[in-house]
Amino acid sequence: MNQSPILARVFAYLSLLTVGGGMAAFPEMKILTVDVHHWLTFPQLIHIYSVGQMAPGPNMMMIVVIGQWAGGLLGGLTTLIAFFGPTAVLAYVVGHAWKRLERWPWRRSIQEGLAPVSIGLLLAGCFTMAKGAIFGLETGAIAVGVLLMLLQYKINPALLVVAGAIVGALSFMPK
Amino acid sequence: MTNAGTKDAIAPTQPVIPKTTVSVREIFLAFLAIGATSFGGVVPYLRDGLVTKRCWIDDKEFVEMLSISQSLPGLNATNMAILVGQKLHGRSGSFAGILGMCLPGAALMYVVGIFYHLHGDHTWTTAALKGVAAAAVGLILYTVVNLSQKALSHKFDFVFMAATVLTVNRLHWSVPRALLIVGALAILFHHPYRKPKTTAP
Repeated sequence: MNQSPILARVFAYLSLLTVGGGMAAFPEMKILTVDVHHWLTFPQLIHIYSVGQMAPGPNMMMIVVIGQWAGGLLGGLTTLIAFFGPTAVLAYVVGHAWKRLERWPWRRSIQEGLAPVSIGLLLAGCFTMAKGAIFGLETGAIAVGVLLMLLQYKINPALLVVAGAIVGALSFMPK
Repeated sequence: MTNAGTKDAIAPTQPVIPKTTVSVREIFLAFLAIGATSFGGVVPYLRDGLVTKRCWIDDKEFVEMLSISQSLPGLNATNMAILVGQKLHGRSGSFAGILGMCLPGAALMYVVGIFYHLHGDHTWTTAALKGVAAAAVGLILYTVVNLSQKALSHKFDFVFMAATVLTVNRLHWSVPRALLIVGALAILFHHPYRKPKTTAP
């Protein structure tokens, strides 16, 4: 069955939720891709999101994987265009106007008001993900370890994700 | 103006880059390079590639464009590609920018998707993936801490932050609903006519 029209609809919607970062869309991405359309399982979603943190470029490229699993190459391309297209058009149209609104007093209010909400959305996405990713002492220690390392040292986050893979492999390998 | 004898007069014009001379191809290649190498977050790579290396925009413009990128929906990486591309070469510049930015990561993740399907359930991969996922949670937490320190301007902002988390995670509000209701309240709270004690930028 051709999944592309549904993929296009779902990811165009998710695209517009990425206020302040891709993670803002994560709770609804989980509901739509896992619970509603069964394109993948929750652990798979967490895995590909996390692996995607090691890839260069925009950090939500994992959506290509969902599209590919649901609809092959066409599905992958569809999700890519659906997820990045709408916000690209919006940035193109609004970006210019927004710059000219520099003197408009509400511009600053909007920026200051959206900041805590977008951080809240990021945190909500983080909690959704932690429900599937943190289960016990080892995983908790890895997460806290990464947080503390980044707070303390100037270190490339992608390297810490690689380090997480090594620690995970050593801790969870059977026997 | 370009007489052979006025060499000194030419020298100071070095930082002024005529904006119309940046071709669509150059924009595509610049963003392709950033899209292919920006491991661990695009912002420092964008700054290095666009401001430091190529002088296409200056630091002030970069910060301004970044703040617009953050206020609009969409990822910083792609919004910046659109805004910078637009400034340099209009519509085709934006298209070249976002295409270059997305191509390497998308191709890589496509391959990762195939490999995950083939090898995702091996014991060593599942073990490593558990570690990767936990590390990613730590990374997001860091972004939360980092942004809170930088972007929040009032103690009361933490209430809006908590309200957003609760409405999305506990009350299962959709993101648009949370944005509309909590966002509107937060914007009203920060209305421009409140006590003008925070006039410093």
